[in-house]
Amino acid sequence: MFEYCADPQSIQGFQWLSCYLTNGKHLLFYQSFGVVLLLLAVTAPVALAFGFVGASAARSRFLPFSLFGKGYTSIVRGVPDIAFFLFFVIALDQVFEYLRHKAKCPDWELPIRQGNDFVVCDIAKLPLSNSPQWVHEVYGFTLAVLTFAIVFGAFAANVLYGAMRSVPRPQLETAEAYGFSSRQTFWRILVPQMWVYALPGLSNLWMILVKATPLLFLLGVEDIVYWARELGGTKNPRFSDYPHGDWRMYYFGALLVFYLLVTRVSEVVLDRLMSRLTLGQATAGGEAQRKALA
Amino acid sequence: MSCLETIADYGLRSLGLGERILPKTDFTLCQQFTLIGSGMLWNIYFGAVALIAGFFLSITVALGKASANPIARKASEWFIFLFRGSPLFIQFFFAYFTFLSLKSVHPAFDPLTSAWLGATIVLFLNTSAYAGEIFYGALKSIPKGDMEAADAYGITGWKRFRRITYPTMLRLAWPAYTNEAIFLFHATALVFFSGFPAWQQRGDALYYANYFADKTFNPFVPYPILAFYFILLTLFVITVFGAINRHLTRHLPPERRTRIRFRPRQPVR
Repeated sequence: MFEYCADPQSIQGFQWLSCYLTNGKHLLFYQSFGVVLLLLAVTAPVALAFGFVGASAARSRFLPFSLFGKGYTSIVRGVPDIAFFLFFVIALDQVFEYLRHKAKCPDWELPIRQGNDFVVCDIAKLPLSNSPQWVHEVYGFTLAVLTFAIVFGAFAANVLYGAMRSVPRPQLETAEAYGFSSRQTFWRILVPQMWVYALPGLSNLWMILVKATPLLFLLGVEDIVYWARELGGTKNPRFSDYPHGDWRMYYFGALLVFYLLVTRVSEVVLDRLMSRLTLGQATAGGEAQRKALA
Repeated sequence: MSCLETIADYGLRSLGLGERILPKTDFTLCQQFTLIGSGMLWNIYFGAVALIAGFFLSITVALGKASANPIARKASEWFIFLFRGSPLFIQFFFAYFTFLSLKSVHPAFDPLTSAWLGATIVLFLNTSAYAGEIFYGALKSIPKGDMEAADAYGITGWKRFRRITYPTMLRLAWPAYTNEAIFLFHATALVFFSGFPAWQQRGDALYYANYFADKTFNPFVPYPILAFYFILLTLFVITVFGAINRHLTRHLPPERRTRIRFRPRQPVR
């Protein structure tokens, strides 16, 4: 990065550190923070959509839908979420390959599960074995996003289901009295009003999602945890221009600080959002704001 | 090999007793059930020790946060922020590598790097922070009249805490604390995926479930077994905490008793 970095052995102290922290691998490390933020940006809306579908299904009067919705909202209650992460990332992969296999190789005779192997025909593999590296990375990341969205969609479905039930019943009855169909009542009365009730739960969910991002590491994505382990480990002078001892403690300390900062910023932003949304609402929060102003 | 033999061989495998070598091929359903169940012993151990020890620290932290003394208050606030504001996964990693560094300073720190002590300490501190916040919230919502009545009767100091504050706080916090206990047990599944090594393949339930899923490349058998065990554990925790809840609210008229309804609040740490 800097000119004096050409010969790292000859420099010391602050100069050495500045070179060390800007070498190629560290730049990849900084990029992986971007991966985490990208995951958050992509997963949050997808999970919200999944949650919305789940909550609407749970309210449905059609029994299979409501069973599906209720089952989906309760999957995360009894079982650790990390088990779902480890499960879905393989299960989704196998389901996709199986479906492609059925579509692309209908003449295939052999069983797909042969002992301890999962065998599909070559053109059904995901990603194809001859695809470039970036396709593999994008596929891995997509699987991770889907896994996160399924698990957090279930949490979001819980929150939204509760919020839908908190909308005052007379509002819906009024709509029915005016001759709204049940679909119109849902979209025009229920959905616009539920967000105020959902926000505390959803901001809680955001915090949870932020704190779940290091689990990307378990899904095989090269994220900040991967790089912290990689860069922090003891570096031998024979293989590295920047030899050092075991610094993993400091790297994970830095990650800890990073997450504390994200939490703090989120807290401040969500508090502001909440106080803006409650302004003028007929809730305890809105009433407190009115009194404080008066 | 019959299933009973498998249970005899692998039932306590997670503690290092019985057969040393894990099955390598031709996994039977019985083997998967036995080994994953054997791993549950670790989850129960981590959860129970952290929960019981954490109960006392969390009340201390809650009282600290509610106290008028600025040092105690700030210390408690920072403790809670530190452990609730960062992922448990990162806390495990950080603690493990810190313990590794301590180990190179003095061999007395040796046991800290193994899961049975090191991970338990992290879980203990973590649950204390979460439960501390719950108890603090309960402390703040004790009805004003209760304290005034205590004042009127001249009950003060330790006696007031023991007779009025503490039971009311516990009763108000109990449903949320039940939730916390359940998620603490769930969080124990992270231990062997976060730096702490499973020495001689003595791991927890998720460790073995993951082992089978890796070896058979079939996630559809071991993970449902794991889910089955965790649902059992969750039901057990709800039963025990529900019984305690009934005990805590036994003096109240039935309509004022709070029922425990399991609603995920702060699941992932």
